[in-house]
Amino acid sequence: MATAIYNTLFRRNWTMLGAVFVGAFAFEIGYDNVMNKVWDNNNRGRQWKDIRHKYVEGGDDE
Amino acid sequence: MLARSCLRSTRAFAGLRNGAVHISKRAASSSSSGSAAESPLRLNIAAAAATTVAAGSIAWYYHLYGPTADASTPAEEGLHPTKYPWVHEQWFKSFDHQALRRGFQVYREVCASCHSLSRVPYRTLVGSVLTVDEAKALAEENEYDTEPNDQGDIEKRPGKLSDYLPAPYANDEAARFANNGALPPDLSLIVKARHGGCDYVFNLLTGYPDEPPAGAQVGEGLNFNPYFPGTGIAMARVLFDGVVEYEDGTPATTSQMAKDVTEFLNWAAEPEMDDRKRMGMKVLVVTSVLFAMSVWVKRYKWAWLKSRKIVYDPPKTNNIAPRR
Repeated sequence: MATAIYNTLFRRNWTMLGAVFVGAFAFEIGYDNVMNKVWDNNNRGRQWKDIRHKYVEGGDDE
Repeated sequence: MLARSCLRSTRAFAGLRNGAVHISKRAASSSSSGSAAESPLRLNIAAAAATTVAAGSIAWYYHLYGPTADASTPAEEGLHPTKYPWVHEQWFKSFDHQALRRGFQVYREVCASCHSLSRVPYRTLVGSVLTVDEAKALAEENEYDTEPNDQGDIEKRPGKLSDYLPAPYANDEAARFANNGALPPDLSLIVKARHGGCDYVFNLLTGYPDEPPAGAQVGEGLNFNPYFPGTGIAMARVLFDGVVEYEDGTPATTSQMAKDVTEFLNWAAEPEMDDRKRMGMKVLVVTSVLFAMSVWVKRYKWAWLKSRKIVYDPPKTNNIAPRR
């Protein structure tokens, strides 16, 4: 397992660099999603998106 | 010590050169312990007097200028606002946008007759206070100057989302003239621009007493408000129960309206606050994880140093006779 990871990712510099970039990108997406959920949960009912439906006339987005 | 011995040696030389007169003088001055200049009693009195003067002048200075130096009297400073537990000032809480909507209604129906909000364009209201249709309708109620046309004339056009909220007066002079010489400040940044921020604005709006306290000096055309620096404010109390009728059915008490409009003015001053706090929360979580990792790495790398044991190996004791 460890050697497989070493051989596919870390052995050559360009694969290592690609792993770093892809990993950073994936982490950012996942982390932002989780933290935005935490934020929305903490501010439930306070944000505009929670009260918007009361004021928007149907059918027409934003 | 060195200086004293040098002095003594030159005096000794002088004595040698000039004969016995000087020597006897020196002997007399150094041996007469009862001389007036060096009496211990006098020295003690002088020391005590000097200490008294020094301590007294420090005490006098402290009495005059005290522990705090105030540039103004308490009345000129204004009463310090009461601190209120604003929910939107907590670290991880956004604005309550329902309150922003109510606060904007209060601004539009009450404050806007004198106060401008000139740094807020209609487009910022979209998506936080109004829907886009409401904001467009509101913008179209006002007329704005166009760019000069082919003849160089400036015409009027209905407002667009990119226009800024119109000011009640054409300029500051007109505002002063209409308000008895007092200029109603622009409210765009008022929460940031006043000490106490939200607390100050709320206290000012709700702090008008029914009548000024006995002995208070209230100038011509001014109203008494203890929270306003100088206590004489040109603005009269404007928020009374039921001045505004809220669309969402919230009872429009004075304090409710003051709270809503304060939160709205805080939004006007810091429209980026929600995003800033959300980003700050992400940053704090990531940096605390990184900090914990760096502490762990440090302990890991230092473990060999911290856990080593230094052993003292004493010399052989064969040659020393045992103690009895």
